[in-house]
Parts: sequence; structure tokens; C-alpha cells
Amino acid sequence: MNNAREIQDIKGVSTWSAFCATLRRDLVIALKRRNDLLNPIMFFLIVVSLFPLGISPDPVELSRVSAGVVWVSALLASMLSLDNLYRADYEDGSLEQLLLSPQPLYFLVLAKNIAHWLISGLPVVILSPLLAYMLYLPSEAYWTMVLTLLIGTPVLSLFGSIGVALTVGLGSRGLILAVIVLPLATPVLIIGAKAVTDVMVGLPVGSHFALLGAILALALTMAPLASAAALRISVN
Amino acid sequence: MWLWFAKLGSPRWFYELSDKWLPWLYLSMLIMMSIGLFWALLIVPEDYQQGQTIRIMYIHVPVASISLACFPLMAVAGTITLVWKMKLADMVAQSVAPIGAWFTGLALATGAIWGDQIWGTWWAWDARLTSLLIQFFLFIGVIALRSAIDSTDAAAKACAVLAIVGAINVPIIKYSVDWWNTLHQPASNFSMDPVSPNPPEVWVPLLVMICAVYIFFAIALILRTRNEILQRERRSQWVIDLVAREKNV
Amino acid sequence: MFAFQFSSLSEFLQMGGVYTFHIWAVYLLFAVFIGYNLLQPKMVRRHFLREQKRRAARDEELASKTNTQK
Repeated sequence: MNNAREIQDIKGVSTWSAFCATLRRDLVIALKRRNDLLNPIMFFLIVVSLFPLGISPDPVELSRVSAGVVWVSALLASMLSLDNLYRADYEDGSLEQLLLSPQPLYFLVLAKNIAHWLISGLPVVILSPLLAYMLYLPSEAYWTMVLTLLIGTPVLSLFGSIGVALTVGLGSRGLILAVIVLPLATPVLIIGAKAVTDVMVGLPVGSHFALLGAILALALTMAPLASAAALRISVN
Repeated sequence: MWLWFAKLGSPRWFYELSDKWLPWLYLSMLIMMSIGLFWALLIVPEDYQQGQTIRIMYIHVPVASISLACFPLMAVAGTITLVWKMKLADMVAQSVAPIGAWFTGLALATGAIWGDQIWGTWWAWDARLTSLLIQFFLFIGVIALRSAIDSTDAAAKACAVLAIVGAINVPIIKYSVDWWNTLHQPASNFSMDPVSPNPPEVWVPLLVMICAVYIFFAIALILRTRNEILQRERRSQWVIDLVAREKNV
Repeated sequence: MFAFQFSSLSEFLQMGGVYTFHIWAVYLLFAVFIGYNLLQPKMVRRHFLREQKRRAARDEELASKTNTQK
């Protein structure tokens, strides 16, 4: 035990405090840059309000597609904000510092992913009932939608992080990030949107939540590992 | 055993070995494909439900089943690249991606044509077609990532990571898509499963075609891998000698 | 079991008449697929060999020039 403490002292900081420091740093940076904070939310709002213009103002039709619309828009909003995850850190060199630190990279990447979710995912979840109301989502489906988004959007951040980590060093990324990440996000989209539509027709949704939870658990354990490996490849 | 493993990693060894294999592979593909096509087109009896369109199955099912093998293969090659830094594995991984995209694309196209007969529409969000479509997107993603990264070494590792992540996801995608659709509409009473209530005169030619297409897959993979070997080893002496030996190209 | 299903060539090409186009489209696509995936690597290989030969010839020429200059 003592020995372990000594090793910790040598390495400077414990993994936990490094985790907290990374999380805090990313949150502070995000709060300083208001635009980055607002853009995903505005994007989400705009995309959702485009759908009635494209489909029809008819409440019956809109309420049928509302679950899918909210979910797809949340997915796209999460996609849009992914670029902030490692890009700025890569450019100013702090990403390299992160890779050199003695703490396991898994936890530091996890901290960055959680920060990203708090910045881009959580506001979308909080805003979703308002948009669901505008899309005439039946009231009994509200809680299901918020809960599925709450479980699902972290998965989007975690999977997206792998894609960003793979492409962070590239000069011209264009749409490659979307091409890589969107197919990986399909299971979450399918299950999340289906849970909401099933509640609307009165079906039980316990299994949907179980599946979403399983995917979240898998993503939490595996995705940061893949992101860490990808970062080590990209930053060289 | 380890000597054998180390040898396997040598691109030159693979190149020279495949020189010996290719004629036999071509020959066996020719024989199998001729038998399979002849049988499928001329001898297989009409299906009582589908009539002559049963003959589409002899293309669609082999191509679709092999397209499912491509992603795991790419992930295995990627793992070998990451763990043992074997160059040959990455060359194979690079060659599988476009072939996998081709197989998946053809499976989608033939599935759509068959669908027009089964469901009366060219495209249905049938679970199998949908998961093939997403798998097609995954292949495109891997190819796009490879072409976006300039350094061969970094591209190899990045694509290996993506292939492994994708391969873990493929069963999840497949499962979720199956689950998504089967609850929407009851499974159609037409079973695409070739080996269910069908007599041997239906599934034996299918088996022949699956073998033939597998051999074709091996040939296509080896040909592309050989090109990749030449391209990457172009400065080594054995490739220079090989180019010098090659007359009138 | 091993009986021909068609009595004439035109009957074979018709494939029962209803889905002629579907069946032949699938087989045509398959042929294109096989053909492309066998020929494309051959073309790439030939292109590579030509390129390398040209490069080798150029290098040789350069080497002989520098030799004569000496």
C-alpha cells in the first residue's frame, strides 16, 4: 500500500485527479467559448424546425415522425460538435502533453468525452421536450424520449470520439468524419427512436432500455480504448 | 512454428507462393463456376412459388454470404497489423476493403432485383438489406480513411483500429436492424434460407456456387495484394529484378 | 433430377417470360463484377510494370551520361 502511494507520488498526480483536471479544463474552455457551446444547440433547433417545413404542418403526420426527427437531429448535432473534441488541443500541442502524461490515457480520454457530452449532448437532451412539443409528440412519450436521449447521446459522443481521434491529424477532413462515424451510430438511433415510437402505440419498452444500457456499457468500456489507440496513431 | 509465422509476414515469400497458387485457383474457379452456372441456369427445377427467379438465388446468396466474411477478415488482418506489425497483414486489409465494398454492393443490387419479384418493390427496408447497406457504408468509411491519410504506416494502424471497431459493431448493427424490422412486420413467410425445406437439387448447386465465389474472392484478394506488395516494395532488389525479367508489358 | 428445364434456346433466354429482365440483369451484373475484379488488378499491374521499366531505363540513361562525362 505504502509502495503504491510512493509510486503515485513519483508520478505526481493520481489518475482520479488527472481525470478531474482534464474534465474541468475542457469545461472551462468550452464555457469561455460561447459560440462552440451554442452552435450544437442552435443546429439542433434549426434542423428540427426544418422538418415540418419539408414534410407538412399536419399534426398527425408530424407526431408520427417526431421521434425519428428528434433522434436524427440529436445525432447530427453531436456529429457537428465532435470536431472541437481534439482539434484545438491538437493544434496547440496540449494533446501531445495528454499522451505523454503518466496516467492511463483511457481515463483522460473518458474525461474529455464526458466533457464533450456535458457541453453538446446534455443541452440537446434538455431542449428535446420543447422540440418534441413543437412536433406534436404525444405526451406519454416524453419521458421515454428524454431518457433514451440521456442514455443514447453519451454513446454518440464516445463513438464519435473514435472517429475524431482517427482523423485529427488530417489536413482536409471534409466529410470523412461523418462517413466513418454515422454507420457506427445506427444501432443507438434505431433502438432510441424505436423506443419512443413504441411507447406512442402503447408497447412495453423495457427491452429497449436494456439494449441501450448494454450499448452504453460497451461504449464506456471499449470506445475510450479505441480512441486512445487512435490518438496515439494520429499524433506522431 | 515461429519461423513459419515470420516467413508468412514476408511479402516476397507471399508473392512467390501466390505465383504457384494462382494457376490452380484459376483452374478450380473455372471448373466450379462452369458447373455451378450451368446447373443453376439450366437444370435446377422451377420453384413452385418463385418460378424461374429461383435462379437469382444462385448469385445473390453466395455473394451476400461472402460479403459478410470480409469485415471480420479485415479486422483480423488489422489486429495482426497492430500486434505483430506485420506488413503483409496490412496489405491484405487494404485489399479486402474495396473487394468487400464490391461484394456488398453486388449483394445489395441483386437483392434489390430479387426484391422486385418477392416484395414487388425494388427497395424494401428489409432487415438483411438494411444491414448490408450499413455494412457498405462502413467499407466506404474505411476506404475513405485510408485514402485520406498520407503516411502508409499511420494509415495502416488507423484503418486497423477502424476495422476492429467496425467488426465489433457489425453484429450489433445486424442484431438491432433485425430487431427493428421484425417487430414492425411479421417475418415474411418466404424464407431466404437456402437449406430449409428444399431438396438437394436446389441446394447442392448453391453449395457449388458458394465454393466458386469463394475461390473467386481468394483470387481477387490475392491479385490486389500482389499489386500492393509490388507497389510498396518497389525499391527492393527482388522487385527491381522482377520488373527487369518481365518482357513486353 | 438431372433434366434440362428448357427445350430450346429461345425458351432459355426467355426464362419463363415474366421475369426475364430480372434474372438476366442479375447474371449480367455478376459477370461485370467478376470481370472487373479480375481485370482491374491486371491493369494496375501492367501500369506498375510499365512505370517501373520507364524509371529503370531513365536511371540507366542518367548513369551512362554521367559515366561518359567523366
